Amino acid sequence: MSEFYAALVTASHLILSLDPGLAEIVLLSLRVSLVAVGLAALIGMPLGAAIALYHFPGRSVLATLLSACMGLPPVVVGLVIYLLLSRSGPLGPLGLLFTPTAMIIAQCVLVTPIIAALTRQTITDLNEEYDEQFRAMGAGGLRKMRALLWDGRFSLVTAVLAGFGRASAEVGAVLIVGGNIDHVTRVMTTTIALETSKGNLALALALGLILIAISISVNAAAVSVRDVAYRRYR
Amino acid sequence: MSPIAAIAKADGLAEHGATVASRDVTSGVLPLVVSKLVYRAGRHRLLDEISFTLRPNANTMLLGPNGAGKSLLLRLCHGLLEPERGSVRWGGESANRAHRWVSMVFQKPVLLRRSAAANIDYALAVKGVPRAARKQRVNMALADAGLEHLATRPARVLSGGEQQRLAIARAWASQPRVLLLDEPTSNLDPAATRAIETLIQSIRRAGARIIMSTHDLAQARRLGDEVLFMHKGRVLEHTPAGDFFERPRSAPARAFLRGDLLS
Repeated sequence: MSEFYAALVTASHLILSLDPGLAEIVLLSLRVSLVAVGLAALIGMPLGAAIALYHFPGRSVLATLLSACMGLPPVVVGLVIYLLLSRSGPLGPLGLLFTPTAMIIAQCVLVTPIIAALTRQTITDLNEEYDEQFRAMGAGGLRKMRALLWDGRFSLVTAVLAGFGRASAEVGAVLIVGGNIDHVTRVMTTTIALETSKGNLALALALGLILIAISISVNAAAVSVRDVAYRRYR
Repeated sequence: MSPIAAIAKADGLAEHGATVASRDVTSGVLPLVVSKLVYRAGRHRLLDEISFTLRPNANTMLLGPNGAGKSLLLRLCHGLLEPERGSVRWGGESANRAHRWVSMVFQKPVLLRRSAAANIDYALAVKGVPRAARKQRVNMALADAGLEHLATRPARVLSGGEQQRLAIARAWASQPRVLLLDEPTSNLDPAATRAIETLIQSIRRAGARIIMSTHDLAQARRLGDEVLFMHKGRVLEHTPAGDFFERPRSAPARAFLRGDLLS
């Protein structure tokens, strides 16, 4: 217990003194996860909406596949991307392995199915209410899809949030494709795993506290934005 | 050239102000000829061999008890549902090809989660009205509905009567020749009902043809020129409003006017 207590004191000290090493890790983590989630939203939302609205062959297979991919094991995703990006792999010449870009790609692959599947559900539900009105107005295609995405924005915030939760907490994929290289690809989760195994509990705990704080505050902010907006637009 | 295309060419979009002087702009898309329309759900014939012709220049009230098929008939007329048999022709064209000239407002209209003005703007954009022309048209439609002061208010927080007026304004903004209204004042209080009736009258004066269903007999008297009386999926009477209210010919219509509950 005293070990935990000592770790907590050191951790608080690291956080309060804005330790540069700690800050570097936190900022890289945020950068990787935010970019990954942003890209995943750009791909996943139109994809989910298209599956909800358009009838095409293989649509139900794709929808099932997407839901199944919500639970992809991160280490397997990491492994596959590692093979693609490794020097002898098809994307090897790009030289992306062990860079933050590789980590962004890995997280994006993990998060896109989550955002797409949740978007599909939201848009399907909304379309039940809106479809006849849109047909009466003569609205279809992209114009209809854009309006539905916009009108579903309160629920879609939750979808993006679920994606961010997955991205920021994930360790397996970024560890494999990033390599946990100091000052280059070291993020919060990989550092926690490494430092814990080295017995450096203070740094691990400090990062753990920050990770939890970020996750709580992002969620709280998103929920309150959604509530305020909902009260305003109903 | 088809009749609809002909009017479109003859009097272009831009010159239709929302409150332009009365004139007959409905001639091309009318008459509405419905012949031998059958619509079935499972084994039940919800519409049974319905035939009628609606000419320009009259407000038509669709009357009848609940379940008579009024809403269903309006949806078929707007091409939202396909009949099992029979046809709907607007000036010789199919319902879907007449969409440009016919707008429909539902009993429970779906307003988009954006401002009142943006709701109308969206409907105009869908109809292909260029951005530069939309602002003025939005303002005119809001003014016609008496909603200018609520232009920036989110549509979904408006009162029930204001929402219904906005929905009518949205349908009217694209300046259709015909407006189909499904129970526009159900569940509204008298003041809100009056505001909607005033709006409908001013749209009528601007030259549009109104076809609306209602269960409110007094309202049908106030607004109607002619009545289509429906019962159990059939049209039993199609007569001038005065005749219908003074001398109903069918037994169900007499019972309906007496206030009996029709089974």
